Amino acid sequence: MSVPQYRKVAALALATGLGLSLAACSTKSDDSSDAGGKVTITVDCQPVGAQKELLKNWNDDVAEFQRQNPDIVVKSVSVGEQCNNPPDFTARLAGGTVTDVFYGYMTDVQQVLDSGQAMDIGQYATKDTIPTWDSVDPALKEVFTDGGKLYAVPVKNYSMGLIYNKALFQRAGLDVDNPPKTWPEVRAAAKKIAALGDGIAGYSEYSAGNTGGWHFTSLLYSQGGQVLSADGKKADFNNAMGKQVLQNLKDMRYGDNSMGSRQLLQWGDLLTNAGAGKVGMFIGAPDATQAIVSQFQGKYQDWAMGPLPGQDGQAKATLGGGEGYFFKEGLSPEQVKAGLKWLAYQKLTPGKGQFDYVRAKPQNYPVGLPQPLLFTNGSDAQKQELDLRKANANVDTTNFAVFEANPVPIKGEPRNAQAVYAVLDAAMSGVLTNPNANIDALLKTAEDKVNQLLAAGS
Amino acid sequence: MALTTAPGATRRTGPVAPTPSRTAARRAGLGRKVRDNLTGHAFLIGAVACFAVFSWYPMVRGVVMSFQRTRRGETTWVGWDNYSRIIADPSFWTAWKNTFVFTGLALVLGYAVPFFVAILLNELRHAKGYLRVLVYLPVMLPPASALFLFKFYAYDPSEAGLFNAILTALGLPTSEWMQSPTMTMPAMVIASTWMNMGGAVLIYLAALQNIPGELYEAAEIDGAGVWRRILHVTIPQTRLILALLAMLQIVATMQLFIEPLILANGAGTQDSATSVAYLIYQHGFFQNDLNGAAALGVIMLVVLAGFSAVYLRLTARQD
Repeated sequence: MSVPQYRKVAALALATGLGLSLAACSTKSDDSSDAGGKVTITVDCQPVGAQKELLKNWNDDVAEFQRQNPDIVVKSVSVGEQCNNPPDFTARLAGGTVTDVFYGYMTDVQQVLDSGQAMDIGQYATKDTIPTWDSVDPALKEVFTDGGKLYAVPVKNYSMGLIYNKALFQRAGLDVDNPPKTWPEVRAAAKKIAALGDGIAGYSEYSAGNTGGWHFTSLLYSQGGQVLSADGKKADFNNAMGKQVLQNLKDMRYGDNSMGSRQLLQWGDLLTNAGAGKVGMFIGAPDATQAIVSQFQGKYQDWAMGPLPGQDGQAKATLGGGEGYFFKEGLSPEQVKAGLKWLAYQKLTPGKGQFDYVRAKPQNYPVGLPQPLLFTNGSDAQKQELDLRKANANVDTTNFAVFEANPVPIKGEPRNAQAVYAVLDAAMSGVLTNPNANIDALLKTAEDKVNQLLAAGS
Repeated sequence: MALTTAPGATRRTGPVAPTPSRTAARRAGLGRKVRDNLTGHAFLIGAVACFAVFSWYPMVRGVVMSFQRTRRGETTWVGWDNYSRIIADPSFWTAWKNTFVFTGLALVLGYAVPFFVAILLNELRHAKGYLRVLVYLPVMLPPASALFLFKFYAYDPSEAGLFNAILTALGLPTSEWMQSPTMTMPAMVIASTWMNMGGAVLIYLAALQNIPGELYEAAEIDGAGVWRRILHVTIPQTRLILALLAMLQIVATMQLFIEPLILANGAGTQDSATSVAYLIYQHGFFQNDLNGAAALGVIMLVVLAGFSAVYLRLTARQD
């Protein structure tokens, strides 16, 4: 072959190859059934490779589920950060690359509905597909219901309380079994802990990456307030309760200097400090202690939890949230049923999947934390789950006894939660970084912004 | 074979053929050109396909999306609604102000400092290569790593922070750095300049080394000192590269994103770090408002295109 001919052939091969690879980029969902009549579903949130034990547990669950349901093939996908990172989730949703059965926060409902990618699974979610369905808390189902249509299956929930470091409490001369119950008590305890020096914050709080707004909401609930009006159309935090929330924080930050010097914290920042033993108290869900231990080198025995403090007595309410699995629009009824069966097995059966405490105990994954509470009080599923949890506990359940013994009414997250939280970050960062912050002005600005985004329908 | 009749004569005397239209002639010419340059066109197809799929289509799609609204999977045309909504966002003007402040500071600091560092390096007689490597080293550090270094060590607001320790040692008051609304922008520019200076220095150095030595010798004979040599020889001789880098600096700094995201955890204290690019991200990924984000992206595109047009016009005149 002459040189020019060779070049022509090479160029054509290159162009053809490129064309083919571009064609291959186009996405095409898996066929719902193969030649053997099996139903195939794709599901996300498979643990990543670095999480060896979790990944093995997941794969074991898939294998066992498929053994029990030989007509179903579960193709699981690890999507890295999607399962705890809102921007990644949004990108997948916008790009139309979510799996058949896909994970989302309760705060994501509006976004998922707006994308038009979730289907109504109301007629399929029954005792036939999920044997414990009647035991699942109706309030959690309601979160995923819109216009009488059910769009997701709840698989996890949480509520906020006061998490505190027992070791620091002891060093500061505080009673480790009697955590602060009111914000003035939190303030007094924070001062004592901060007095230990060494860069320790008595109380720590978020103010960036939407987490500031998330915690503002919880603190506002503790005062008896709400972020949005009942119809969800107006901001409802620019009032005495909203001011009290910010005033408490400003007093601790600049009046007492008990919140440390580094602010603009988001989720990982605060937990990193907590894992390093530099945080006396913060508000969070019970599983925050799990993150401190598994990701930030903390110790379970150091952490205990009380109910969310109120202003002058018990908190009026606390923020509750959680997660669920949606079903992609366009699935066949067989695929929906197969997906529900998988969720029933992996997420909603005491003794299996996420509730397989016998398996989790020797692996040092926490057993005994007071949440998730997916099942209605007194239901059979709840009794079974609690019995298994107690029998296999590997964390000191007394550390959560005060929290469990003093339940605070749970209030759900507001409509358009992530967008509202993003706006409220500015109010939180305002009082935590500026000693002369004007609380009235901060709340007014945030109110205007929230009203505007609600009016725009975004 | 020898021609007995000139081709032109044959055409003049032979039967009159219908005159082909200009378009047909052009088409035939184009076809021949393609056949003659098959290799080149085959390569061209690949490049054009890549640009079309990965660059042009997303841009066109973004413009289309900016005039649409998608709710519950249904897309409707809403005209300029997304634009008016985005402009009415209280963060809109803050973001533009912050972006222009950053660009301005980056022009003063990030543009001038590398130029003078390059002049210094060019003047050095010893250890030139060694110092060039040192200046270029930060460019090799991934931006995220460099910014985390600044965030956790240099800009730590306690007295343990690197910059605060230096200020304390000098007897100066410490700063809150990224937590102070007034320091947010200068702090981001300092970090950005440190990260990106190496590349600009190398380009300036290349330009400086192309200046004929005789010009400096002549200036010295005329009694010109260092500043006069810079003013009357160095700057005029490097004006084209200076103009190019100024334009690139404006376009790059106006797309400010990673600095707010990492150094300020997003918006920073009271929106002090919110840039236009970050606002796009905020609308698209946190406010579930991809159409608004697209509209803001188009506005940004128009502004940057405006700057580029001004640059092209100016440099065309210079040429």
